Amino acid sequence: MTDTTTTDLAAPDAGLPGGWQMVIGLEVHCELSTATKLFCGCPNQFGSEPNTNVCPVCLGLPGSLPVANDAAVTYAMRLGRALHCEVKPSVFARKNYFYPDQPKDYQISQFDQPTNIEGWLELPDGIRIGIERAHIEEDTGKTSHVGGGGRIHEAGYSLVDYNRAGVPLVEIVGKADLRTPEQARQYVAELRSIILAIEVSDAKMEEGSMRVDANVSVRKADEPYGTRCEIKNLNSLRSLVRALDYEARRQIELLEDGERVIQQTRHWDEADGRTHTLRSKEEADDYRYFAEPDLVPLDPSAETLAAIDASIPTLPADRRQALATAAGVTPVEAAMAVERGLDDLALAAIEAGANPARVMTHVEHNLAADEAVRLDAANFAGLVTMETSGELTATQAKQVLAEMVETGGEPGAIAAARGFEAMETGALESLVDEAIAADPEAWAKFCAGDAKVTGAFVGYVMKATKGQADGKAVTELLRRRAAG
Amino acid sequence: MSDPISRDDVAHVADLARLRLTDDELDHFTEQLAAVLEHARDVEALDVADVAPTAHPFELSNITRPDEVRPSLDRDEVLGQAPSTEAGQFRVPPVLGEAP
Amino acid sequence: MSPTSASTATAIAEAVRSGERSAREVVDEHLAAIEAREPELHAFNLVMADEARASADAIDRARAAGEQLGPLAGVPIALKDNLCTRGIPTTCSSRILEGWRPPYDATVVQRLAAAGAVAVGKTNLDEFAMGSSTENSAFGPTRNPHDTSRVPGGSSGGSAAAVAAGFAPLSLGSDTGGSIRQPAALCGVVGVKPTYGSVSRYGLVAFASSLDQIGPFATTVDDAALLLEVIAGHDPLDSTSIPQPAPSLRSELGRGVEGLRVGVIRELTGEGIAPDVARRVTAAADALAVAGAKVDEASVPAVAYGLSAYYLIAPAEASSNLARYDGVRYGLRVDASNSPEMMVASRTAGFGDEVKRRIMLGTYALSAGYYDAYYGKAQRVRTLIIRDFAAAYEDFDVLLSPTSPTTAFAFGDKTADPLTMYLNDICTIPSNLSGDPAVSVPYGVGDDGLPVGVQVLAPAMQEATMLRVAAALEASR
Ligand SMILES: [Mg+2]
Ligand SMILES: [Zn+2]
Repeated sequence: MTDTTTTDLAAPDAGLPGGWQMVIGLEVHCELSTATKLFCGCPNQFGSEPNTNVCPVCLGLPGSLPVANDAAVTYAMRLGRALHCEVKPSVFARKNYFYPDQPKDYQISQFDQPTNIEGWLELPDGIRIGIERAHIEEDTGKTSHVGGGGRIHEAGYSLVDYNRAGVPLVEIVGKADLRTPEQARQYVAELRSIILAIEVSDAKMEEGSMRVDANVSVRKADEPYGTRCEIKNLNSLRSLVRALDYEARRQIELLEDGERVIQQTRHWDEADGRTHTLRSKEEADDYRYFAEPDLVPLDPSAETLAAIDASIPTLPADRRQALATAAGVTPVEAAMAVERGLDDLALAAIEAGANPARVMTHVEHNLAADEAVRLDAANFAGLVTMETSGELTATQAKQVLAEMVETGGEPGAIAAARGFEAMETGALESLVDEAIAADPEAWAKFCAGDAKVTGAFVGYVMKATKGQADGKAVTELLRRRAAG
Repeated sequence: MSDPISRDDVAHVADLARLRLTDDELDHFTEQLAAVLEHARDVEALDVADVAPTAHPFELSNITRPDEVRPSLDRDEVLGQAPSTEAGQFRVPPVLGEAP
Repeated sequence: MSPTSASTATAIAEAVRSGERSAREVVDEHLAAIEAREPELHAFNLVMADEARASADAIDRARAAGEQLGPLAGVPIALKDNLCTRGIPTTCSSRILEGWRPPYDATVVQRLAAAGAVAVGKTNLDEFAMGSSTENSAFGPTRNPHDTSRVPGGSSGGSAAAVAAGFAPLSLGSDTGGSIRQPAALCGVVGVKPTYGSVSRYGLVAFASSLDQIGPFATTVDDAALLLEVIAGHDPLDSTSIPQPAPSLRSELGRGVEGLRVGVIRELTGEGIAPDVARRVTAAADALAVAGAKVDEASVPAVAYGLSAYYLIAPAEASSNLARYDGVRYGLRVDASNSPEMMVASRTAGFGDEVKRRIMLGTYALSAGYYDAYYGKAQRVRTLIIRDFAAAYEDFDVLLSPTSPTTAFAFGDKTADPLTMYLNDICTIPSNLSGDPAVSVPYGVGDDGLPVGVQVLAPAMQEATMLRVAAALEASR
């Protein structure tokens, strides 16, 4: 985070009082889904018995040496390229600090020469958020606290499991370009879908394979950045939004009371909805970084980078754009379909001639994310066409679609089996006439412009057809009769 | 040219390195470290701004290994070396706070 | 104490392979020598008598079964106690690692076993290889076999003394700033610091990662070459290991020095070098000239900054490498009411003064505000040293200097002032900074009758030429 610029890429209303504005920068740690750890051959596996995926290297035993995992390096570069970063010649560095979950009491990370620098990520509304760097580092072990209700400060003692120590991470350091909690949420959601698209991580916030720390400060618009706090322990998008919201208000309250914000690390407590002080940053962390002498530089060739670029599929922003163009909607409106991985299905159906608006409605409301796989695009397009040609009502179409997903069947056959014969317009007209005749009093009201009685006629027709009639068509016929 | 290392510097460095020094040791080490750093002033005085640093005497790059699982260690053998263990884990006194 | 031809490693391996002698008989003989003199010398932290007999028996059985035996079949070898040996205590002569049994073998230890060598013990050293006299061992000093009132040099003092005393024809040491060559010189044996990256560091407990190299001690250049051939070569477990096949060395030794260009390093033969030592270097240069080499004076100006650069770089790396001794996973723990205090208590009790001194020096050199002035500067000076060596090697095939400024000194002589002790390494440090190989060859004695070593330096990966010159010196004695 740079502390002086006042460049404002995006300043949507965060709903803050008194002209205050938030400045948010996120640091996201993402565990790479390699088969082995970053510097040794131990399995990179979640949920094993404690201390079973360990060896001299990841335990930091005297004499052991790290050797970089080529898949981890490739994944990190792929992620960098997907974030439009420049992939640079890079070196590993040691970050020195003592802690029991850190086997060597230093972390192998990157410092002044990270693998990826200067990229960006595009939110659905087209705003670009800068990425300062995305560097490779190893994860730590896991400490659990025994006694004192598991709370770190009241524990009687702690237990350490090194299975996670040495798992490859990419730390994505975003620029302080975010201005609202909602933007922060979108940023993380977007980052997650990019990571999933390029298949470098399962990016599960709840399992810790994607972890978010937030740097937050507040200022009056156009003033220099204020003092920031770092918030840790954000385990879900919901926590992120709530924590940012809370923290901004806390800081504003301090400043409005004439106090100052102290630069510190704070912990989000989901249960009580507050952030709490972890420690003051003023005790200046001195990590004594220096180039890791046990490893050599990474310097990818042009061919390596070309191969990495070739391995990157179409990314969410481009997919949103493609769907938006095809469906005649905005990228924001196309976002949900892309986020749920239903955009290829939608595009194929539109391509096959289906009505784009109906396609988008089904994709947004009537299909779940994992259902696309069982749905044949041609059949889906067929269903939409039956619907728009009046062969099926909206209700029927929804039912047929559900069965198509269930059985993989063809829409015509399913409609026929269910007896969803397209109703003759003549048959519907005589039923409407029957309904009018059955309730002349209501009909008089309808003709006088009282729309409330419409339901009575539609209900009559529905009852007579066992719910198979198209409600909209009935209303339309009533209007035509009244107009005369 | 930097100031000579002070007693406070040595105390701070000992703290960073997780070492405890007695007052006598502090005096003693301050004097000794100052002598070594005094000798290093010849290096400190050199103008080598345009000389690239050497981290490795033999220049290598892109040394990696294939992403293939190798056997891990036997847990009992590993824990057998530890000062204190419990439930398959390393046991330590309370850690007081989160990692930086 | 001078080697009889039957006691060299090459002779023993040949005799064992041919069946002339059994490996067991060889080992028993050496264990007897150890038993006789080890109490006086304290070369070992651990004598592995049972394990040695068992592996000797296994070699004899393999021979009886008609199996092909390795190049070091039945040859006893002593291992510096900072090389990891599976299930066998590895202490680095530090309280903090007392009792630690590594769950794995160093790559060199595996290669030795595969070659048929028989490990007879773990040798004493300055704690974590920090020192030049082996006086910094937590388990007491090693004595020089030539004069037990003198130090054997260090940090691989135990390995040098073990070979000099005939406890084993071969031993391994590690050399970060001269820790093989200087004790070799002081104990009158051959000691080689190979090219950085030519011998795997996997399983060598790190002191300063960018400087550390494992290398051989032997009584003859031929034996040293034999051992180096066995341990050198690429290891995928060490990222800094040079991915090239190890060069063949022994076949080159007999080629003589006719036409080779030998430069005597001016900066390392004047001030600070005892006159009796300087005279032996001159004698060595003369002998090479007589043997047909072209000898001249060479200049490597930047070596003058070697000591300063070294005492910033090595402690900096060490301060980080030695952070892991925190009482959590292995080694000494001194209990306390919380983890930070436990770490402080364990480290304070577990490390000796020299180790603490270097950890603090290195922490200081890396700490915020000092990195550029110290560590960063030293890394640039390293480049200057590499450049100056490269320039010298345009005119010379090998360079010559003393190994150590003096012969073996008395216990306690230099312990009061660390800087005086550090000055012992002025001739050896430059090769660690440049990564180039160097060997110390015994070349007569000083005025006190104690051994003097002459150092032969060569460009990276030119061990064959370097050892050729060493062999010529050996032959001219
Ligand atoms: Mg990080
Ligand atoms: Zn491992």
